[in-house]
Amino acid sequence: MDKKKILIHPYIPNSVPEIKAEMLNVIGVKTIEELYEDIPEELRLKDEMNLPKPFPSEYDLSRHVEQILSKNQTCQENLSFLGGDCWQHYVPAICDEINQRSEFLTAYAGEPYEDHGRFQTLFEYASMMGELLEMDVVNVPTYDWGQAASTSIRMAARITGRTEILISKTISPDRLSIIQNYCKPTVTIKLVEYNTTTGNLDIDDLKTKISSKTAGVYFENPSYLGCIENQGQIISDVAHSHGALSLVGTDPISLGILVPPSNYGADIVCGDIQSLGMHMQFGGGLAGFIATRDEERYVMEYPSRLFGITTTAVEGEHGFGDVTYDRTSFHDRIEGKEFIGTATALWGITAGVYLALAGPQGMQELGKLVLQKSQYAMKKLSEVQGIKIQFSQSSHFKEFVVNLDGTGKTVKEVNKALLKKRIFGGKDISIEFSELGNCAVYCVTEIHKKEDIDRLVQALDECLNEGEKRR
Amino acid sequence: MNNQTRKKNFHQAKWDEPVIYELSNKGERGILFPEIEQEIEDIVGDGFSKLPTSMIRQKPPNLPEISQMRVLKHYLRLSQQTLGADFNVDIGQGTCTMKYSPKINEKLASSHKLIALHPAQDEDTVQGILEIIYKLDLFLREISGLDKFTFQPGGGGQAILAMASIIFAYHEANDVSEQRDEIITTMFSHPSDAAAPTVKGYKIINIYPNEDGLPDVEALEKAVSNHTAGLLITNPEDTGIFNPKIKEFNRIVHEAGGVCGYDQANANGILGITRAKEADFDLCFFNLHKTFSSPHGCGGPATGALGVIDKFIKYLPVPLVEFDEEKYYFNYSVSNTIGKIRSFYGVVPAILKAYSWIMSLGNVGLKEVSQIAVLNNNYLLKKILEIRGASAPYAKGRHRIEQVRYSWEELYNETGVTTEDITCRMADFGFHMWSSHHPFIVPQPFTLEPTESYSKAEIDEYIAGLKRVVEEAYENPELVKSAPHRSVVHKIDTDSLDDPTKWAITWRAYLKKNQK
Repeated sequence: MDKKKILIHPYIPNSVPEIKAEMLNVIGVKTIEELYEDIPEELRLKDEMNLPKPFPSEYDLSRHVEQILSKNQTCQENLSFLGGDCWQHYVPAICDEINQRSEFLTAYAGEPYEDHGRFQTLFEYASMMGELLEMDVVNVPTYDWGQAASTSIRMAARITGRTEILISKTISPDRLSIIQNYCKPTVTIKLVEYNTTTGNLDIDDLKTKISSKTAGVYFENPSYLGCIENQGQIISDVAHSHGALSLVGTDPISLGILVPPSNYGADIVCGDIQSLGMHMQFGGGLAGFIATRDEERYVMEYPSRLFGITTTAVEGEHGFGDVTYDRTSFHDRIEGKEFIGTATALWGITAGVYLALAGPQGMQELGKLVLQKSQYAMKKLSEVQGIKIQFSQSSHFKEFVVNLDGTGKTVKEVNKALLKKRIFGGKDISIEFSELGNCAVYCVTEIHKKEDIDRLVQALDECLNEGEKRR
Repeated sequence: MNNQTRKKNFHQAKWDEPVIYELSNKGERGILFPEIEQEIEDIVGDGFSKLPTSMIRQKPPNLPEISQMRVLKHYLRLSQQTLGADFNVDIGQGTCTMKYSPKINEKLASSHKLIALHPAQDEDTVQGILEIIYKLDLFLREISGLDKFTFQPGGGGQAILAMASIIFAYHEANDVSEQRDEIITTMFSHPSDAAAPTVKGYKIINIYPNEDGLPDVEALEKAVSNHTAGLLITNPEDTGIFNPKIKEFNRIVHEAGGVCGYDQANANGILGITRAKEADFDLCFFNLHKTFSSPHGCGGPATGALGVIDKFIKYLPVPLVEFDEEKYYFNYSVSNTIGKIRSFYGVVPAILKAYSWIMSLGNVGLKEVSQIAVLNNNYLLKKILEIRGASAPYAKGRHRIEQVRYSWEELYNETGVTTEDITCRMADFGFHMWSSHHPFIVPQPFTLEPTESYSKAEIDEYIAGLKRVVEEAYENPELVKSAPHRSVVHKIDTDSLDDPTKWAITWRAYLKKNQK
């Protein structure tokens, strides 16, 4: 027996020595090394890569990875109220079934023939998003909301020929950071104040800052702070009266019950589809959408793939293909709009499945359910001694800001105490929004039962007021 | 096994599946959500009373109404009309590295221990996933020779944007960002190497290939100046030809004051053979959905894993994942950070899948991946050159690394059959054949990349398919030109897709424009 056993890895069929020899023979070389003739000696890696001993057996590999993953504590094992750009909603079983299908999972960039299903599902995704948003053009999804907002802004700059953008200060700080990098050095960003009582955009400040240089005004609804902005039309009117565009970021799952931004003057709408059937995946489930009216001057500024429906050589057959492919960087590497590449198509297909399952009634019922749950949570939390609901005059969808200034404890301390009770408290924003004090964004969705909310309230009461009661 | 016979009988699924709106029946339901608890309703009412009237949607969104099984069936049928890598000998989408994405990795990434994690959870509760992120960073450091990785970019394009942003921040720190306003790349590097830096305001200098298919040292010397911000380059390029002078390229750019970024989206032929470090690159990125086996997902979710040498760590997007010998944690203290490129920490499931893939192969396995990918490619090259009408421009008689850009120019001149026609006809046999990135410097181009995943028998099967189509092109060109015949649909009308009065990007736009 050979001392050294040759291991044929299951992922590499042509490692089989006889096959290898046969192929080398066809090529006309003796060793694989000869095929690397163009890589000079000085560029060769002399040492071995220092990688851990592998687990070629699938069982060992699985055991190894599962052991590491088991160190995680999840939102399934604990009760979570975390939100802020990533949300825990129910994911229908069929969403997972479809995005795990080998056909979709392992397809990539085929033609509208052999990849017809990819084109049709993404066209349908755009169609259903279009109805939710009441807009006629929706892109094949981009990386996330941050990218979608960044591109919306750059589109506005190109459409208006202007280079300044006004952004509501209530925006998610992470998203703002993405936008800042994406705009630098071409587009200047100015922040618009918000009312710390209502959470609404400060219209006076907007009017002071807007000018003939302004390409667009960007705000979010509901905002990162959870408030529903009811001055959408006013903001859009102010933008339009200065020749600027109205850009609105939104959470599409709220649109079963909330008026879509197109109805209050938005020209470009963007947001994240993670809530529509994607698991959170530690933030890996995000995907951004961009929507506009069907006007050439808008359509031609998208960097994204846009899939359209068309006819074929056979009467009555639906075909699909790229709309105005020439505007993309795939066609023109310099003059193409921004850039396009692999982003999040599979999540687009999945969001389509979600919307098809939910239907009009489902989206409406879900929206109502979330409203009721979050309102109940706000009411119960506000009854806990020391807790104040920030922006209580405003209305909310699934997120709201809890102010702990009256408790004498920081969000961090409270969340640590909650963690001991297997509860993940709201996202700490006391550094991001220091002007609001000691605050956290809580998120309540359809997955929270009354008993879950009651458990949170009781746990908070115990964390905050236990000592007092004992006294 | 008789491959010829099998191909003859191929027909892709064709369900004539309507557009989803055509399946709608008023009142049908696809899923029900929980009922509200009576106690909650008693306290808060219907929830709407708290909303400003102007913000309440009066008419529910016009979504289709379809029962659950019919929705499932619709999507399953459409899935059957999509040719994933799991179904075909997917060597026809060259540059895309359509390798096997192991199912075990899918299973692991579907664990609730990953999917049910919120990115803002307490660090103590996510030690497992942080460990995986950190260790994949360590692995890629070994594979590239660079010093620190971030997984934030959600694809190759975003990784290139991040590289351009780092280059900008670096020159800004030296107060020369306005002067250094040019990025140099090559025509056979990915289009995003030119397109993404334009977002950062850069002018682009594209270096064309010389007669050997390689960018010229002289051309580069002419291109550099005190305006040079950096170089973004692929190697091997889309041609599969390795540029042996790459180190000299980097020296020239460094001497001009530029930063050198390596587009290693596809590094499938050189794992453990040569690295960014040995060639003196400052930055590099790997696509985890290409070389490192995470599936392509119809075009994402994906990851462009971005690595830098020490000097550039301070510019990386935040947070970085670190380890203090006891605990994994997020580090937001990065002095000159470009901020954020993508929300949170990137496409975490792709990170897990790449980790798992590397842990299955190890040092020896990774090298074997590359060596077999290169073996397969040169075998394929040999066989393709035997096909009438096909050629492989540049580097005649030399071997290639992991892919080859071929040409059907001769076939086109002799038959009038184009690359696009052949692509459509290959679909009739269950194969992809991709043309190439624009612009088509190689006339009638096609790019093949066999990776390590396909057996010799499968590669032979693909070659037999190509041969057959070429025979048809010479004998009955009309058959090829009117293809596909056995795919899901027939030749599409593309004119309407470029006509603003006709294009329809959503069903509602389609109905409006077709007055239905």
